[in-house]
Amino acid sequence: MLGYTLRRVAGTIPVLFMVSLLIFALVQFAPGDPVDMLVSDEATEEVRLAIRSAWGLDQPVYVQYLTFLKNAVMGDFGQSFRYREPVMDLILQRLPASLELAIYSTLLAVGIGLPLGVWAASRPNSFIDTIGSIGGFFGISLPNFWLGILLILLFAGTFNLLPSGGRETWGLNVERVTGFLTIDSIIAGRWDALWDALRHLALPVVVLGTNMTGIIMQITRASVLENLQEDYVMTARAKGMSGRVVLWRHAFRNALIAVITIIGLEFGTLISGAIIVETVFAWPGIGYLLLQGISFRDFPLITGLVLVYTTMFVLINLAIDMIYTVVDPRIRLG
Amino acid sequence: MTENLLRISDLAVKFRGVPDGALAVKGIDLAIGRGEVVAIVGESGSGKSVTAKSIMRLVEFMGAEIVRGRAMLSEGPGVETDLLALGEARMQAVRGDRVAMIFQEPMTSLNPVLTIGQQLCEVVVKHRKASKAEAGKIALSALEQVRIPEPVRRLKQYPHELSGGMRQRVMIAMAILCKPDLLIADEPTTALDVTVQAEILALLKAIQRETGMAILLITHDMGVVAEIADKVVVMLRGEVVESGDVHAIFNAPQHEYTRRLLDAAPKLSNRLECGPLSVVETPTPPPGHAVNPEIVLSVRNLVTRFAVRQGMFQRVVANVHAVEDVSFDLREKETLSLVGESGCGKSTTGKSIMRLARPNGGEVLLQGRNLEGVGASEMTQMRKRIQMVFQDPYASLNPRMSIEQIVAEPLRIHRLGTSSEIRDRVFSLLDRVGLTRAQASLYPHQFSGGQRQRICIARALALNPKVIIADEPVSALDVSIQGQILDLLAEIQEEFAISILFISHDMAVVERVSDRIAVMYLGEIIEIGPRDAVLGSPAHPYTQRLLAAVPIVHPDQRRSRVIGARELKSPIRPPGYRHETPPLKVVGFEHYARIA
Repeated sequence: MLGYTLRRVAGTIPVLFMVSLLIFALVQFAPGDPVDMLVSDEATEEVRLAIRSAWGLDQPVYVQYLTFLKNAVMGDFGQSFRYREPVMDLILQRLPASLELAIYSTLLAVGIGLPLGVWAASRPNSFIDTIGSIGGFFGISLPNFWLGILLILLFAGTFNLLPSGGRETWGLNVERVTGFLTIDSIIAGRWDALWDALRHLALPVVVLGTNMTGIIMQITRASVLENLQEDYVMTARAKGMSGRVVLWRHAFRNALIAVITIIGLEFGTLISGAIIVETVFAWPGIGYLLLQGISFRDFPLITGLVLVYTTMFVLINLAIDMIYTVVDPRIRLG
Repeated sequence: MTENLLRISDLAVKFRGVPDGALAVKGIDLAIGRGEVVAIVGESGSGKSVTAKSIMRLVEFMGAEIVRGRAMLSEGPGVETDLLALGEARMQAVRGDRVAMIFQEPMTSLNPVLTIGQQLCEVVVKHRKASKAEAGKIALSALEQVRIPEPVRRLKQYPHELSGGMRQRVMIAMAILCKPDLLIADEPTTALDVTVQAEILALLKAIQRETGMAILLITHDMGVVAEIADKVVVMLRGEVVESGDVHAIFNAPQHEYTRRLLDAAPKLSNRLECGPLSVVETPTPPPGHAVNPEIVLSVRNLVTRFAVRQGMFQRVVANVHAVEDVSFDLREKETLSLVGESGCGKSTTGKSIMRLARPNGGEVLLQGRNLEGVGASEMTQMRKRIQMVFQDPYASLNPRMSIEQIVAEPLRIHRLGTSSEIRDRVFSLLDRVGLTRAQASLYPHQFSGGQRQRICIARALALNPKVIIADEPVSALDVSIQGQILDLLAEIQEEFAISILFISHDMAVVERVSDRIAVMYLGEIIEIGPRDAVLGSPAHPYTQRLLAAVPIVHPDQRRSRVIGARELKSPIRPPGYRHETPPLKVVGFEHYARIA
């Protein structure tokens, strides 16, 4: 198990290397000169040259890459052109906001999608199954920027119940420990801040989680239905097990293997797919940061963010593989 | 006259979505006495399995419904319950307690994510309201009763850690936990190797004697019936065509279908006399033996191993010695059978010859040409000369291609002729294997298993091969169909001068088709020789055990035996392992065995 983990972690190194090469090349070939972003339009050629050499942009491409690689290994992605701050600091500031959003969305999606899927599978072609399937289909199909704007109009506008964006109300000043506002509020014992954080989370979590809820529901339903056809389910029935035991103890436990795969994949897309939702809700996460980085041609920021995304994807996959060994005794890693 | 335990009358079952008239079971009657072993015999589609699952009311979960009938289960003198009228909750109390069931596929019938102990205990907890600890004790004693070695350890193991035979023992243990009055066994040994089948049948008989429960055995195998049944019920297309005492059925079958079943039943002639072994120094050919026919395919010291990798750097920690130093010659128009149990390497040998598995060493000579080291284009040419027929006629035909396309495909790949020539050739091939031209435009799912195997044979014949490797070609077919396919193979062998390497686990089929037999065990050929010599005077102890395990042909030949479960020997060896076995020794004319 340890050997397997180490091997998998080691296996991520070439992946990250390839991604770094790819993203570096993309940024190099992208139209436009980053210097334009750093200086005003009236800057003289001397100033431009000085800036160019100060940022190392006058070096040959491979030198730039090697410098970048050397620094990246040390956790230094350089200075953001726009924010004039180390990229790593920028990312670390905003990563908890994105993770918090993704985790609550996943909890919501699993909490609703999983039981609904099992319920629908236990009564195939019944009324609840039909309603559930249609609902799940809607969840999958609704574009989340549209749903986001709709919910903002409704809950922040018409009913004025929830904030329309942002992560917290200005001036609450909860001490940052983990970066997760809900957890930090609890640590600080600030129930007003917790309530505030949850109110801000509500709409983006619903919007981001809707799609995943639909997918998890459909996958759970299909997987449980498939497992209900298996021989061992017939054995369980022949042993006199009740329908509930057959469903949950026998079919569901086996169905979970497929569902976990989807949860892992979806969690990954939630982190990256949050770009739109973070923009709609002005959520100060890394998705929002990436969007700004792209519009300002902030190459160090883009490169750093893409590498962070890649690393997270790889780690999620690793975690999923570890969870498999718990759920499915047939899988032995080693 | 024993007291009736279960009386089924006028049972009719129909699958949902089929017309009302088309019943899967058409109103059958059946009685099982206390402590009796009743066998329902029939081929696929006879309704035997549906009948069994109707008693358990499991058909309702398979998209079928019981149309009418009664199944009266005795609750003691004069008191009976109609199982078919019980509600689901009361039926759950019967299942696993008074009536238990075991299934055909031990590999898939246990839940892969629960331990053996968990799966056993839940039955006891459900029906006996026992505590976890008590349930554990009952589970352990059941495992002991099915003679599983190391029962304490098994409780904590998962199904995938056990062999097929062990799993079927676990299934039986699970069924007898609550001491049922009736055990329904649906093809309990069909998926098992013949030696394991003998073990399981002996075990079922022993437990039946010990507990006095009745057994309803569902099978297609007359040999299994002869081994174990007291009464026989023969079913055909949802109806009982004959029933009676097992001796009466075997001695004087009344219905024509019963006679056909008995005739078609694979049986090994009674040639087996394991007399003292004489090592012949200068063997002489028996009279009338043809001398030196041409050798078509020659396999020399073939070795195929699969690496088992483990650890941080995926080092090779062991090798599966699937094929070890296998040598044989296949002569013109000869059928050589490779027999052995699952995992013995017989299929891998076939695949290694075809280069579908990569051999680690040895040579394969086809008509004197060495297949080792030939280039890709030459290999394509050589492949024309050897063709394969596979076991599963359902999986080995592309469902999206018409029969004509399937049979024509090898001709097209090798660019043999214009499209009209190819078409003519396809039609003549279909004619030859007993299919009509009108069927050429149909798709595989429109054919029965036997017809599909005919299509596979036509496809193999298309390139005029010298050798056909037939890997369990009839194992997936009903016995009455098996005979037809074997006859067809014999005809085309004669007509097209083909040599057949016949891979099979079924000794009776092997006896019928072979000129010579090679017995494989743990990757090696441990005995090879003319059919009558190998079957009549087997020299190797394993061959003897294999033959002794073949089911008897007649209930009069019953012998009592209890065979404990054996741990399967595995051909997994550490790297650098040198396998020491006795060399093949001459024990008769062209008859060799690895004996010390």
